[in-house]
Amino acid sequence: MSSIKIELRQEDISKIREICASFNNDEQELINVLHKCQEHFGYLPAEVQEVISDCMGVPTAKIYGVVTFYSFFTMTPKGKHPVSICMGTACYVRGAEKVLEEFKKELGIQVGQTTKDGKFSLSSLRCVGACGLAPVVLVGEKTYGRVAPDDVRNILKEYKDK
Amino acid sequence: MSEKIIKLMVCSGKNCSRKQGDDITDALKLELEAVSLENKVQVVRTACFGLCNAGPVVKVWPEGTIYTGVSPDDAAEIVNEHILKGRKVERLLYTDPATGKKIPDEKSLTSLKKQLRIVLRNCGITDPENVEDAIAHGAYLALAKVLTEMQPEDAIKIIKDSGLRGRGGGGFPTGLKWEIARKNQSDEKYVVCNADEGDPGAFMDRSVLEGDPHAVLEAMAICGYCIGSSNGLIYIRAEYPLAVQRLKIAITQAREYGLLGKNIIGTGFDFDIEIRYGAGAFVCGEETALIHSMEGLRGEPTVKPPYPAQSGFRGKPTNVNNVETFACVSPIILKGADWFSSIGTQKSKGTKVFALAGKVNNVGLIEVPMGTTLREVIFEIGGGLPKDKKFKAVQTGGPSGGCLTEKHLDTPIDFDNLVAAGSMMGSGGMIVMDEVDCMVAVAKYYLDFTVEESCGKCAPCRIGNKRLHELLEHISKGHGTRADLDRLRNMSVVIKDTSLCGLGQSSPNPVLSTLDNFMDEYIAHVDAKKCPAGKCRDLMQYLIVKENCVGCTACARVCPVNAISGERKEPHLINQSVCIKCGACYEKCKFDAIIIQ
Repeated sequence: MSSIKIELRQEDISKIREICASFNNDEQELINVLHKCQEHFGYLPAEVQEVISDCMGVPTAKIYGVVTFYSFFTMTPKGKHPVSICMGTACYVRGAEKVLEEFKKELGIQVGQTTKDGKFSLSSLRCVGACGLAPVVLVGEKTYGRVAPDDVRNILKEYKDK
Repeated sequence: MSEKIIKLMVCSGKNCSRKQGDDITDALKLELEAVSLENKVQVVRTACFGLCNAGPVVKVWPEGTIYTGVSPDDAAEIVNEHILKGRKVERLLYTDPATGKKIPDEKSLTSLKKQLRIVLRNCGITDPENVEDAIAHGAYLALAKVLTEMQPEDAIKIIKDSGLRGRGGGGFPTGLKWEIARKNQSDEKYVVCNADEGDPGAFMDRSVLEGDPHAVLEAMAICGYCIGSSNGLIYIRAEYPLAVQRLKIAITQAREYGLLGKNIIGTGFDFDIEIRYGAGAFVCGEETALIHSMEGLRGEPTVKPPYPAQSGFRGKPTNVNNVETFACVSPIILKGADWFSSIGTQKSKGTKVFALAGKVNNVGLIEVPMGTTLREVIFEIGGGLPKDKKFKAVQTGGPSGGCLTEKHLDTPIDFDNLVAAGSMMGSGGMIVMDEVDCMVAVAKYYLDFTVEESCGKCAPCRIGNKRLHELLEHISKGHGTRADLDRLRNMSVVIKDTSLCGLGQSSPNPVLSTLDNFMDEYIAHVDAKKCPAGKCRDLMQYLIVKENCVGCTACARVCPVNAISGERKEPHLINQSVCIKCGACYEKCKFDAIIIQ
């Protein structure tokens, strides 16, 4: 499923069990459980899904099906500073594509990947509803508006030492 | 109700940047305390004012002075000059982009004149985190009226007579939907609010939830009473954290005031609301897919019938309405069906909220009566296109809609007219495009979206859209033929006819509408292998105009692949076989010597 193999610590397993129990191990609450687990771990590796499967009595295959269906869930760890470029229509017509290209070039990664030092990850998302500021880039929680390709280097510089 | 008489309203829409809004709010509060006015003047965080280009925005209520581009440092001046001395801070007043004049208050704002706010009635006026403020502005009056004076059938009749149609895209009559849900007998029923706003370029539902969450809660309770349900669910995108937070606060406060929960305002009616989270899947806007997602499954649609009104969430009758639809309910109950049906066109009643964006001067949320023309929206409310660029098209309805052109500008906007023109209302995204936007690229952009968001359950949508996208890619690379254009159209029609749900049934619309309205552009791509808008990279060339080139070497130095050669002070030349068409030289040249062809 995932190329990254991780060893879950006992406390991680307990945490997952706790989350599942807080939703009464109810199969219909699977998406809420996944949200909570991703909040805790930052991503949803296969090992975490296996523990959820065990707790809730849902086949791992079904959990994998749900995780991969929704774009909000990810099986690879995000960077310390996740960079998201809005590709909503308003941003697109105002040149978001060129901004994305510039980030790819500067970071040397493709969309969905994380830099080797784990600092930045790159994703494109669909409309954050800030169309007045198009094109929009999010780094972590911070919003940058009216971004031009020339601004990319300076934006990344802010996070180089963080 | 608060005794404070003046309100300073700070926009907390995403466009005004939440962080800075917090700083401005804090600074204003501090300044008010410094002059002991904290009890007379209230600082309120509100939703989008629709002036996103000029944010952060602060409005002084009730007089309506609008200050734009406000920073925390301006707080002292606003309090000392405006509040204490009654003098407007001229330098912060909003400047009309069309006339360049300062606007003294919102009544003189041309962009607001054509608007009529029903859905957004309280957005930007009440404090969304304070139920008392909402009640002071009339929230829950309609619920009280329905619970104490009406039978469910009477309330349904009012909604039916008002002509309200679903604002999520389909346009199904809301009253009829409620009536069907009421008639289906069951021990349990559900009221679902669809807040999974996934259209790129649309943010009206988010603004309502952030600005006036009680309007939605109240309407859901009214719906519950009408169809005989005591369970409400709001399905909201996890990408909207502020809306989620405001909803949670609103639900808690409504419960404390006995407006939700057991025995609402002592009438014996029980109704409570839970929040369910989406996880980023466009197809979940489709009601059957949404219901599966709420059940913890992949959000795949199923064939209708059975309709959710017969068998929905957990197999029980379920009524699904969109945020904007719910937001229309209370005013209809209070002001009557005749009032609502007097607004709008023959078959589309009331108002519609649009998210106006793209190449237009005033970006933001607007609400206009149905029947307003596209020209009024784009050129009067939207203030026209920036830099006096020529209008080319307006895209409505997101990935399910189409591109309309100049000839449609005077069409009155309503559900049926937009469909007749080859687009649709959708949830209300409206993106304006100018002459440098390539329509083949726009169609490809939407298909790119659909291919990514197709759930994969039915073959026409999963495979067909992928093939459509490949064909468009082919054409934009300059490999297309006239036969490909026929193929595009045929395939689009088949996908529309045979797909399982609304996503596939409408996904070829951007292709069909651009084929209908911009055939000449497609022909230029396949015959002359040219992109008239200069957007398709493979079909354009950067050329140096000898007469204009002074030989400054700026272009040669900036070229990343050394494709430009030439002596100093001599005209330069671009080697087309090496050029990667990055446009760096074009941006750099100060002498207009480089052109796109």
